[in-house]
Amino acid sequence: MAAEHTIDALGQFRLSPALGPLGASVNFSQSNLMMLISGAAILWLLWAGMRPRAIVPGRLQALAEIAYTGIHSMCTDQIGHEGKRFFPFIFTLFFFVLFGNLFGLLPFSFTYTSHIAVTFGLALMVIVLVTVVALRIHGLHFFSYFFPAGAPKLLAPLIIPVEIISYLSRPVSLSIRLFANMVAGHVMFEVFASFIVMLAGIGTIGVIAAIGPLALNVALMGFELLVAFLQAYVFAILTCIYLHDAVHLH
Amino acid sequence: MRPLATLAVVLLASSPALAAEGMPQLDFKNPLTVAQVVWLAIIFFTLYLLLSRWALPQVATVLESRAATIGRDLEAARLAKAEADGAVAELTKATREAQAGAQASIASAVGAAKEAAATRAAALSATLDIQLDQAEQRIAAAREGALGALREVATETAHVVVSRLTGQPANDDAINHEVGVALAARAQA
Repeated sequence: MAAEHTIDALGQFRLSPALGPLGASVNFSQSNLMMLISGAAILWLLWAGMRPRAIVPGRLQALAEIAYTGIHSMCTDQIGHEGKRFFPFIFTLFFFVLFGNLFGLLPFSFTYTSHIAVTFGLALMVIVLVTVVALRIHGLHFFSYFFPAGAPKLLAPLIIPVEIISYLSRPVSLSIRLFANMVAGHVMFEVFASFIVMLAGIGTIGVIAAIGPLALNVALMGFELLVAFLQAYVFAILTCIYLHDAVHLH
Repeated sequence: MRPLATLAVVLLASSPALAAEGMPQLDFKNPLTVAQVVWLAIIFFTLYLLLSRWALPQVATVLESRAATIGRDLEAARLAKAEADGAVAELTKATREAQAGAQASIASAVGAAKEAAATRAAALSATLDIQLDQAEQRIAAAREGALGALREVATETAHVVVSRLTGQPANDDAINHEVGVALAARAQA
């Protein structure tokens, strides 16, 4: 019976090989396929948008230019003049996460940002970059970052471990924030969608009652679109703030 | 609702019993989970290279050329405005000069006309004075002549009147004397 339908909220996150036997032989999953599609979409947006090279831009060109100038000003505002060097990285990061979130909302697609391995990989990349940048600019002086100037020397045994832990927890919070937001959204989609199917199995009253979870899912879709942008923005701006710390040491 | 859901997911993930069979994200025994990250690194790095070397510089050149075009146009507009301002200033100056010139020539023409009128008037009054003098002289001569003729007429009339009344010729000396006295009295009156 349809009423015995169980809610499999997590099945949507299961990885499976993509691109046939060739993909399976190199462990290429549908998650990686979505990454390829997102990357292609980003490149297409810039290529198709900037093809007219018009002085007065059309819609697509305006979109591509807003994408460029928006991230560019984010970099220069948050990091300062040195931010221009990190602009391509922040741009790649923001749009990789944003398109992952957005394409994940399409039916039958896959949200690679809902995998902790992916978000932690991205966060680890950010934190390694930040540390390398800090060490290259400031050398060993970088370690003064863990003890703020002017703090009483007596508190050093307390402050230094706290600062080190907070520094090391950055990739964790960065990755879990994105991962948990995406998983929560998609689990709720699945749960409400299962309610629709289960209610519809009851009969006529159930079909009418199923309008409730359907309406909820519609509203949730609008909310998830917001979250998709917001989380990509948060990821990018936190990276900018960490880079600012690395460049200026507080 | 959102923080609660997030918390639920974190709890779900941190619960080892559920994680083992529950969340596919934490199934690290699945080779796809780890391979996913390797492919992520490859795809992300390739995307970064393509964006930083090819796509983003394209946008940058378009934005730069637009900024250059706008700057050039503004500069041209500024030059044109300066030129127009110069032309207007020149025009104003020329107008002022022309006005000043016209004023000067009007003043000089008026002066010349006044001078000419004055000389003409002076010449006219001079001729009139001469004519007046001549006329006065003529009047005086006529009066002289008229007075001479009156004495002759008076003397003759007196001769005739005396000879008729007395029947004898009159005394010339007495008549001349009486006429002279009478004329002198008239002239005085």
